[in-house]
Parts: sequence; structure tokens; C-alpha cells
Amino acid sequence: MHDIYLTIVLAPLIGAVIAGLFGKAIGRTATHRITILAMAISTILSAYVFKYMTVDGNETYNATVYTWMVADGIRFEIGFLIDSLSSMMMVVVTSVSLMVHIYTIGYMHEDDGYQRFFSYISLFTFSMLMLVMSNNFMQLFFGWEAVGLVSYLLIGFWYKRPTAIYANLKAFLVNRVGDFGFLLGIAAVLMYFNSLDYADVFKAAPLMKDMAVEVIPGQTWSLMTMIGILLFIGAMGKSAQVPLHVWLPDSMEGPTPISALIHAATMVTAGIFMVARMSPLYELSETALSIIIVIGAITALFMGLLGIVQNDIKRVVAYSTLSQLGYMTVALGASAYAAGVFHLMTHAFFKALLFLAAGSVIIGMHHEQDMRKMGGLKKYMPVTYWTMLIGTLALIGLPGFAGFFSKDAIIEAVHYSEIAGSGFAYFSVLAGVFITAFYSFRLFFMVFHGKERMDEHTRSHIHESPWVVTLPLIALAIPSVIIGAVYVGPMLFGDFFSDSILVSSEHDVLAKVGQGFTSWGGFILHGLQGPAVYLALGGAATAWYFYMKRPDIPGMFKQRLSIIYRVLENKYGFDDFNEKVFAGGSRKLGGFFWRVGDEKIIDGIIVNGTAQSVGWLASVLRHLQSGYLYHYAFAMIVGLMMMLLLFIV
Amino acid sequence: MFFELPLLSLLIWTPILGGVLVLLTGSDKNALEAKVISLLVSVVTFALSLPLFGLFDTATATMQFTEQHRWIESFNVNYTLGVDGISMPLIVLTTFTTVLVIMAGWEVIQYKVAQYMAAFLIMEGLMIGVFSALDAMLFYVFWEAMLIPMFIVIGVWGGPRRVYATIKFFLYTFLGSVFMLVALIYMYFQGDTFSILQLHTLKLNLTEQILIFLAFLIAFAVKVPMWPVHTWLPDAHVEAPTGGSVILAAIMLKLGAYGFLRFSLPITPDASSVLDIMMIVLSLIAVIYIGFVALVQQDMKKLIAYSSISHMGFVTLGFFIVFMIYENTGSWNGAALGIEGAIVQMISHGFISGAMFLTVGVLYDRMHSREIGAYGGVINTMPVFAGFAVLFAMSNAGLPGTSGFVGEFMVILSAFKANFWIAFLAATTLILGAAYTLWMVKRVFFGDIANDNVADLKDLTTREFTILAILAVAVLGLGVYPAPLLEVMGPTVDNLLQHIAQSKL
Repeated sequence: MHDIYLTIVLAPLIGAVIAGLFGKAIGRTATHRITILAMAISTILSAYVFKYMTVDGNETYNATVYTWMVADGIRFEIGFLIDSLSSMMMVVVTSVSLMVHIYTIGYMHEDDGYQRFFSYISLFTFSMLMLVMSNNFMQLFFGWEAVGLVSYLLIGFWYKRPTAIYANLKAFLVNRVGDFGFLLGIAAVLMYFNSLDYADVFKAAPLMKDMAVEVIPGQTWSLMTMIGILLFIGAMGKSAQVPLHVWLPDSMEGPTPISALIHAATMVTAGIFMVARMSPLYELSETALSIIIVIGAITALFMGLLGIVQNDIKRVVAYSTLSQLGYMTVALGASAYAAGVFHLMTHAFFKALLFLAAGSVIIGMHHEQDMRKMGGLKKYMPVTYWTMLIGTLALIGLPGFAGFFSKDAIIEAVHYSEIAGSGFAYFSVLAGVFITAFYSFRLFFMVFHGKERMDEHTRSHIHESPWVVTLPLIALAIPSVIIGAVYVGPMLFGDFFSDSILVSSEHDVLAKVGQGFTSWGGFILHGLQGPAVYLALGGAATAWYFYMKRPDIPGMFKQRLSIIYRVLENKYGFDDFNEKVFAGGSRKLGGFFWRVGDEKIIDGIIVNGTAQSVGWLASVLRHLQSGYLYHYAFAMIVGLMMMLLLFIV
Repeated sequence: MFFELPLLSLLIWTPILGGVLVLLTGSDKNALEAKVISLLVSVVTFALSLPLFGLFDTATATMQFTEQHRWIESFNVNYTLGVDGISMPLIVLTTFTTVLVIMAGWEVIQYKVAQYMAAFLIMEGLMIGVFSALDAMLFYVFWEAMLIPMFIVIGVWGGPRRVYATIKFFLYTFLGSVFMLVALIYMYFQGDTFSILQLHTLKLNLTEQILIFLAFLIAFAVKVPMWPVHTWLPDAHVEAPTGGSVILAAIMLKLGAYGFLRFSLPITPDASSVLDIMMIVLSLIAVIYIGFVALVQQDMKKLIAYSSISHMGFVTLGFFIVFMIYENTGSWNGAALGIEGAIVQMISHGFISGAMFLTVGVLYDRMHSREIGAYGGVINTMPVFAGFAVLFAMSNAGLPGTSGFVGEFMVILSAFKANFWIAFLAATTLILGAAYTLWMVKRVFFGDIANDNVADLKDLTTREFTILAILAVAVLGLGVYPAPLLEVMGPTVDNLLQHIAQSKL
């Protein structure tokens, strides 16, 4: 099996290297064939591993690939931990990535950077696989930063656009803020466990439960709380949780295929995956869990609200991603890790679908992204229309669709949770359901129904996208419908994750949700008794009323509630604050240190003061010497060498 | 076979005699001969340094490849050479970098070519001498002598303010060295020896130790350079020709750090322990204060120079957190991680800073400007070059998988054991380093073509490509597989720690 795991990881890397170094030489067709072939190999093998682990029920695989270094008696290794959690992530990553690879043929076919793009997305897949397959914290961090690098490269893919290169720098720096906490968390793990290996750390964790540390003198914290919070800061960066969410909407400057792959389906869920992977640690700190649930709830509710006022089709989907990531985080905070990961999986499929469908619309509209200039596209783009409808229904959680199972499980789990902050979280996720349905159908109606608002020229050119675009849409629509029903039983209430996720019995809310669970059909019937389904339908109906029946209402709201509207439009002021305080402040501080500290004080007073007095001394001694510095210097060297040589020989 | 050859002497004298030979080619009429001989000599020297790595015994901390000859008997000064796991990698780094520097100067240097090449070869031999000297007087001679070619390189082939820069450089470093000399002579009177290994065991009381430590500190801090004696470096870099900047950043800065390991820590362990807080604070100032200063630089070379100071802050931090780790945790566990991380950082910084200065050199040779504002959208006309630049920038920002990550990672892990807040402050480099490096990359490389000069740029020549590709391999190689380097230095660092754990009082 070792070779299979290695192949899964290396195939995309080899594809990336070939496309990156030799892409120009071998041409476009060969480039996409090679990278897609590599991805296909990786996908098929991942599916096999998934079956091997979860259906055949084999033992968890944990082994080293090579020793990166041994320092101070600690082995830093590259290795794989393959269990149900990682094999599920591998399937999600490789299958979405394969779809995106195929889709790219159609989306990027006019772009000069065609080969470079394939190289990047294959490199991304490699990095993401390294992240999810890791068996230790160091490799986790390696993958963590590597996906950040590729994200940086891809957001700035169109490097001529000022907005793109602003967005990619911003994304990298905000992620670095998260990584800053993450790295300190890893350092804390190493200090107290003297190992970075998951297995060692998880085994020793219960013994450390009551360990206290004093970070601020006089204040003792539980060690697990400190580690939990530090690691979670990393997750906040990567999974775009408030207040480190600011980079994700801007990341939409990148080409749409990567918005689907990186900024919706896989990379942004790395934080969710990480916390689930660390469940043996998080279970030991209720404080950390409380912080997680509150942050997640804020993200789920407030980022959803922003989706309502966006007019750029991709940004609506982006804010919906933020909000859904909030749901997953809430699930983690409620110790319903399995529900969070389950939502991660269903979300990966339907959100990739939504992004790729949005991309298909953008192609059809000749790279117009403003929904106010769309409308009535249903008749021009039937495949896109139906697949997008499926994605939307999955997102709002219509019973039967994939998103219903995962989202309803989260809502139920939060309902049962007794952790501090769960009340607020329950309100947020419920309100979020209404908001999600509202903005999703707002998008849907504005794009596909109603008046055709585009100009005549654009309208005459609208067409359905080619098969390389629609095939991935259809392929992603299938799991968006069925995957929830298939896996709700085993993943949430069965022992699917028993080898990888650990929940202490007093936190086990999913067990309570699962009481009386019989089948997915029963889960739907149970769901119909709760408020969530009706909130979703209400949201969709409101959107229909506002944007189909009475299109004058939104304008009225905008006027009447202009203050609220402006707050939403300014995204609560996070961007302005960061730009002024952090970016501007750093530049001011740097300027001060440089001009005053270095130039005025150190150079002006100390150094040049000394130089002047030396200069005065030199002027007295000047008549002793003449000529050039280098004459003396060479004489000095030659003299020294002669001396040395004489004494040796 | 190699065991019989005096390998270290060969490494010192081959480039020096080669340099003299190059000088003999005389005027610029014979420039090509001068260049070919120089390249040959540097490649041979590099080849000679490889057996050092290959035959190195990684199981022991004792000095290897040792040589001893009498030099000045009346003062018990000897020509003693030898290397351990700390100095050996630095020697290989020196021979490696010199080859690249000779190649980098190939077409760029137009006048006094022979002298230019000779200066670098002689400098190479002298720097190897510093790293392999086991006699304090011999060390001092090499230490001082090596500066002279560097003064010449900056003073002759430098930019418009080269005289100011050279004098500033000279004043700073000379001031520092004088104190070191005094300390060495004092110890000679105490122990009647200049042998560095004997000085390690020389009994000294705390006052003596503190005074000696401070004397060494002045010499080494200037060279590293540590805040606040760092202001010569940006000026020197800005005025130096590309090759000078590369050697300065890649090798010379390491000499100061090497001095701490060879002299300060083992000779004055108690003073090091007493004064460690001061050293940690100075290191953190270098990391953070200088990081902010780098952020606002408009001149690319200045920016990289400040970035070097900031990265060298990690090196000194790694050396001096060891005592606090012992105080905090009651064991020396994790201390070796700090020192080894610092040494890895030294090697890695050699690659990265060299690569960064060469990158600026590539641009400067074409547009004769170092101002960030003069560029914009270089990626459009030089895509291959931009690829290298982004790689080196990411490495400078400490991206895992590149060499820049390894040392920083180890030092931060180690610093956490000393104190949470030290690690916290040190880790801000994750954000600051990325900010100043990538912001520069954004302004220089990305965006639309900024002006006609950028529009006329031609991508890398084969020579430039070769140089950058070699460095790229080094940066990635060390990032993906640092184990061999750690294996080399492990026993030496353990031995050093055992030594400094023993109080001399």
C-alpha cells in the first residue's frame, strides 16, 4: 500500500513539474493530457484507498516516507497517516481536482498562461494531499503553507490586474497571520510532548489534561486551551473565519476554476480538517471549543448577510462559502466533528458545482460577472441552469439533497450542545438557513430568470458552454444530490470515523442526534419536524417575491435601510480598518524606525560623530601617508602572505 | 589518499596563489585569460572542498583534517588548522559561493577585471582560513586580512558613494577587531597559549569573562551585524558591486556568528549565561525593528540588506536562548535545536541572500537602477527570471520546502521552550518577512509593464540562468532534505552544549 500512497501524492507533483518546466515545449494539448492523466491516476487510487479503508475496514496505516532531519534527538519526518478521515479527504480533493482540471480546458483555452495554470493546480493538489495525508505536525505545516503558496500564485494568476496582485498579497499575509499562531501551537506541542508525531501526541494528551501554563505571569491557563487556541488561529486564517476572513472575497480575482477548487472545496476546508484531526486535543479543552463555536457562529451569520448585497456572481458564492465554513466550525465547536467533516464533504461537491456553474455563466456572458447585467439565461444555458439549480438546492438544504443531511445534523447537534456559546450558535445557524436560501435564490433568479438585462451584443453571443465545462458540472451534480443520503448513516451515526475522530462521552452530541436514527428517509422525516427546512423554504420564497414578483422592493429596502445597507456594503469595515491600522501603521512605524532610529540617532549622532572626530585626527596625521587605499591594501596582503608562507615552509 | 593531503591548507592557498596568478595576467587586454583562470581556480577549490564533506566523520566532535606547524615560537603562535561540524559546512558554502560570484562577474565587470577576480579568490582563501584556524592569532590575521580585499572591491568597483561606504565599513569593523585583539592578548597572558581549543578550557573568573565577552561581542556584533551596529551594512551593500554584496551577505556576515560559536560561548560560558537576556533582546530587535525598516525601503539592495540583518537576528537568537531553556525547563533538551537551527539558518541565508543579490544584479545590469519604483511588470518581459525571483522571495519569507524555513522553524520551536513571548516575537517574522519580500516582488515583477525600459528587458542569458538554477537547486535541496547537514553538525553542537553547560567558575 505504501507505493500506492506515494503514487497518489507524486503523480500530481510530476504532472506539475512537467507542465511547469516543459509546458511551453510540449504544447497545450500534451500538457493537459499529462496533468489530467496524472490526476486521474491519483483519483482512481484514492477511490481504491477509500474503499480499502472504509468498506474493507483495514487497519489505520501510519508510516514514515523519509526522515527529514534528526535534530536534538527529535525525528522530523515525512510520513502518511491513512485512516477513514484522510482517505475521505483524499477522495474529495482528487475528484474535485480532476473535475477542475477537465473544466480548465474549456475555461482557460484562450489564456496565454494555459500550461502554467495546469502546473499550478496540479501542484496545489500535491500540496493538499501532503496536508491531509500527513502523520505529523511538521508535514501538516508544510502542506499548510504550500497550499497557501499556490493560492497566492493562482489569485495573482492574471498578474497584470492591479486588483489581482493586491488580492494575492493580502491573501498570503492574512494567512501568514494565521500561520503565526499555528506555528506557535506546533512549538507548544513540541515543547510539552517532545514529539511532533500525531500518534505520540494523541496518546500522551489525556495525561496532560490538567497541565497548566503561565503565559502571562500570574495567569495560569490550561495547556490544552493554549494549544487549542493557537492551532485554531491557523485554522481561522486558512478557513477564513472572522476576523481573518478578509482575504477570501478578494481571492475571487483568480480564475474561476481555482475559486471552485481552492477557495471553496478544498484548501479553505483545511482548517476544518485540521481541527477534526486534532479532536483528541480539542476534547480536552472546553474553553477552546467555546471560542471555536462562537467564532464559527459569527462567521456563519454575518458573512451570510453580506452575500445579500453583492452583485458580482462570484462574490455571492464566495460569501456563501464563508458562511458555510462558519457552519462547519460551529459543528467542530459543538464536538460534532463528524458533522463538520460531513458538511465539508457535501459542501465540497455542491460548492465546487456552484462555482463551476457560475464560471460557465461567466463564459457565456463573455466574462461579465455583474448579475445586474444578466437575467433570463435559462433558455440559453439549459445544462448550466439545471446543474446550478441542483447545487442551489443542495446549498439551502432542501430535504433529500446532500446539503440537507449535513446542515441539519449540524443544527441538531448545536441544539443539543451544552458548551458555552452554543445558544448563540444555534440562533446563528438557524437564521443563517433563511439568509442562505434568500441570497442563493436571489442569485438564481437574477441570473437565470426575469428580464434579460445584458446588452444586445452580449445577448447575441450567449451560448451553452462546451462539453469539457458541462461534463464536470453534471459529474459534480450527482454527488450533490445523493452523497448526503448515502453517507449520513455511517459517517454521522455509525463508526465510520471511529478510528480517526475522538469525542468524549460528555460532549457527544451526535449520539443524541442519532437516537432513533434508522435510515436516511427517517432522517428526512425527522428534519421536517424542525424549523430549518421551513426557514429555507421561506428564504427561497422571499427571494422569489422580492426578485420575481415585486422587483421594486429591494430598491425600497435599500433606501429605507440605507445605514444597514451601507454597513453591509462596507463589509462591516474590516478592510478599511486593516488597511489603515495594520498596513498603514506598519509603514509609518517602519518609516519612523528607519528615518529616526537608524538615520538620525545611530548614524547621525553616533557613527558620523565618531567619523568626524576620526576625520579630524586623520587630518593631523595626513602628512604621514599618501596614495590610494588599495595600494596599501595589496601591500598588506602580500606582506601577510609572505610571512605566513615563510613560517610554514 | 585525501587523508595524506593537507586539505585545509590546499583550500586556503590554492585560491590565494591562484589570485596572485590572475593578477599576473595584468591589464584588461588579457581579461579573458584572467576570467578563465579565475573560474578554474574557483572550481578546483570547490572540488577540493567536497572531500571535506564526503570524508567527514559525523560520529565525532573532535577537530578533523588537522594540521599543525610552528609559526612564531617566541609567542607560542602556531599555524593550526582543523574543522568540526560547525566550520566544515561554512567552508563548503564559501567555495560554492565563490564559483557563482566569479561567474556572476563574467560580463558585468569591464575594467580591472584581473584585479576584481583576484580580489575574490584571495578573499576566498582568507575566509576559509578564518573558518579553519584553530590558533587565535592565525584567526585574527585571517580575520583582518580578509577585510582588505572587500574594501577594495567596494572601493574600486562600487557605486557613487563608495568612499563613504568603505570608510564606514572600515571604521566599524576595525573598531570591533581591536577589542578582540586586546581580549586575545589578555588571555595569552593568562594561559600562555593562543590555541583556541586550549582557551576553551582556560579558567576565567566572572569579571574577566564578562569583559572578554563584551570585547568579542563588539567584534562579532559588527560583523553579524546586530542592532545597533548594523548601519554600515545597507550602505556597504548598496555601493558594492553584485559580487561584493553576495560574498558580504552570504559569507562575511556568517563570520561574526561563527565567532560567537568558536569564541564567546565556549570561552566565556558564564558571561554568556549572565548576559543572555541582552543578546536575546538585541536579536529580537533585529528581527522586528529591522523587519519594519525593511518594509519601507525603496532601494532593492537596501531592502535585502535589512532583510539580512533581520534573518541574522534569528542566528544570534538561536545561540543565546540555550541558557534560558535550561532555566525554564531544567534540562538542555531543545537547546541543541536552537543552535543547530541557527547554523542551518546561516547556511540557508548564504544561499538565499546570495540569490537575492544576484537577482537584483540581473536587473541592475539591464536598467542600472535599484529603485523599486523604476520597475513594474518585469514578469511580462522576463518570465523565467520572475519564476526564480518568486522562488527566492518565498524562500526568504521562510516557505516550507525551501531552505529558509528550516532554520527559522527550528529556532522558533526552540525559543518556545525558553519563553513563550520570545517565540511569539520571533515568529512575527512570518508576517513581516513575507510582507517586505512579497510587497517588493509585487511592485517589481507583477502588474502591467510600467515603462519603456521594462518593455525592452531581455530574459536571462544562459550564464545567468545557470547561476540562478544552481542556487535554486541548493535552496530546494536543503529545504526538502536537511538531514545530511544536521547529521554533520549534530555531535559538534552536542559537544559545545556539554562544554558550555559546565561553569568555569
